[in-house]
Amino acid sequence: MNWLIAAPLLVPLLSAGLGLLAWRRPRLQAAISLAGQIGLVAVAVILVLQVDRGGIRTLQAGGWAAPIGITLAVDALSALLLLLSSVMALAAGLYGLGWWNARPAPALQPLMSVLILGVNGAFMTGDLFNLYVWFEVLLLASFALLALSGGRAGLEGAVKALVLNMIGSLFFLVAVGVVYGLAGTLNLADLHLRMEAIHAAHPTAVMAAASMLGVAFALKAALFPVYFWLPASYHVPAPGICALFAALLTKVGLYSLLRLFTLPFAVAGALLPALLTLTAITMVSGVLGALTRFEIKRILAWHSISQTGYIAAGIGLLLTKDPQVRLLAVTAVVFFLLHHALVKPALFMISGLIARRGGGTELTLAGGLYPARPVLSAAFLLAALSLAGLPPLSGFWAKLAVLRAAALSGQWGLLAAALAAGLMTLLSMLKIWNEAFWKPRPAGETAAPSAPRSAAIGPALWGPVLLLLALVAVMGVFPQPVLDLSRRAAAGVLDPQAYVAAVRWDDADPARGAPQARTETTLTAPNPRPERRQR
Amino acid sequence: MIVWLALIAGLLFAAGLHQLQQRSLPRILIGLLLLSNAANLALFTASAPLREVPPLAAVGESAPPAGAADPLPQALVLTAIVIGFAVLAFTGALLLRTRDVLAEEDTDLIRETDA
Repeated sequence: MNWLIAAPLLVPLLSAGLGLLAWRRPRLQAAISLAGQIGLVAVAVILVLQVDRGGIRTLQAGGWAAPIGITLAVDALSALLLLLSSVMALAAGLYGLGWWNARPAPALQPLMSVLILGVNGAFMTGDLFNLYVWFEVLLLASFALLALSGGRAGLEGAVKALVLNMIGSLFFLVAVGVVYGLAGTLNLADLHLRMEAIHAAHPTAVMAAASMLGVAFALKAALFPVYFWLPASYHVPAPGICALFAALLTKVGLYSLLRLFTLPFAVAGALLPALLTLTAITMVSGVLGALTRFEIKRILAWHSISQTGYIAAGIGLLLTKDPQVRLLAVTAVVFFLLHHALVKPALFMISGLIARRGGGTELTLAGGLYPARPVLSAAFLLAALSLAGLPPLSGFWAKLAVLRAAALSGQWGLLAAALAAGLMTLLSMLKIWNEAFWKPRPAGETAAPSAPRSAAIGPALWGPVLLLLALVAVMGVFPQPVLDLSRRAAAGVLDPQAYVAAVRWDDADPARGAPQARTETTLTAPNPRPERRQR
Repeated sequence: MIVWLALIAGLLFAAGLHQLQQRSLPRILIGLLLLSNAANLALFTASAPLREVPPLAAVGESAPPAGAADPLPQALVLTAIVIGFAVLAFTGALLLRTRDVLAEEDTDLIRETDA
């Protein structure tokens, strides 16, 4: 059943390719995309169940064994994130079909599939250079989506996102060179095994490589000094694509940060206090940015930064020694990540509905939605209060877990920042509520002044919103199953031995005759490799 | 040799960053081009000692001669060059289109999406 691990890559690749072939036939293209998205959800569910029962699943591409071949590894965290990305692909795809009346521009759906391909690849790969490649795949798709779906502003946002993200990628690339020069391997599991010895010999070089990777991932995750690509670009595409970005782009950076400090660079704990400080600043500055904006999508984009800070704070809290607190911190990371990847896209989708119903997302021009659209108002309120962390919604448990981990590890500054940011999140959400829903529509602004295309809101627009809101509500009222899943994923992340064992000792399918010519021992890599695994 | 390569990489980084800061869309492309090459050179230089023996096994041998170059960094840098080329081609198209649509080249004046 090993081929199943390749399915999260093959399915979106196939649907992107077939979708491009159906360029002139929008209905066929939509059917292909939907089939691919549904298939992906099925694959992800099976993978989650398999990993939950049978432990980490790996696939050595081409049958070459671990440190030589390219490893795909799915542990509990990866499986959970694959499920998340596939559900979001389906939701955003449906919403997109509704938004464009089942006739999106022909490139959009294949590009969304390519984005999912890159995201899934990044979640599964067990190789540092391969991670770089998947980053580039998803970034290029995201730039193209921005440029194609956002009009004038989309082009502008794409240029900004591209330049800043490319600088991050260059950091990544140079760091990969340094890591290979130090270790002679780029396999994450292999790096974990060797890093302690290398760190003892070359502490400065190891810390330099770790910080460069940290900067690259922090940029993708939109942490404090390097988040400026996000508010310049997140809000410009169509709401369905905003939702996809909000669900997945920063999450890939956060996932990579978490892996970085637990697997290949577990020795680089000295960087964590700096990361923790930056996350506290990120929380506060993101929400301050949100407070000063008066357009719904921009407010939501700034909130993404703030929430990213909360998630990354859990990674920074790995600096504590107490294994219970570490487990709690990583559990908080996983739970918060899932919560945010459901709530934020729901809010972006609702902002699209507000635009359709109210004529726009500028708060100064909007108003009067509550008496006119009670269901829409209730949907917004549910998602907004969950984002702000009010009980009994999913955001409450997510924030509680982060705050508890911060308190248990004695990080009172972080605790204060998190509480302040939470309060201001509520304030800025109330601002949207007051302006768009509560206050009467400003005089002279009659109904839907700038409703662009058909303003119909069909089930394809409501369906994904309701699906995400239902998940948020279930996660809020019954958090325990999701918390348990998150805890198991966190335990897997914090136990690199199991990951290493699964990657390095997983025999490539012997029936296929894995290549036997192991020339690598004579290739004189800079550092001698330790003994190979025994068959 | 390695010192020279390192110096050249550093010079390319400096020139690329300088170009990026010139507030002009076409110069952004030039800057990214230089930076991308700088990163590729740094990747190649940092990842393995330079050796001039190709890693090819002679007929009948199962391993290349001792002291052969490590082929993996070469594969890495080739991949990185290809990816960089694709990204830069896209960047060129995007910048050209942006300049046409916005009718503006000065990046300081392109700030609609910021505020």
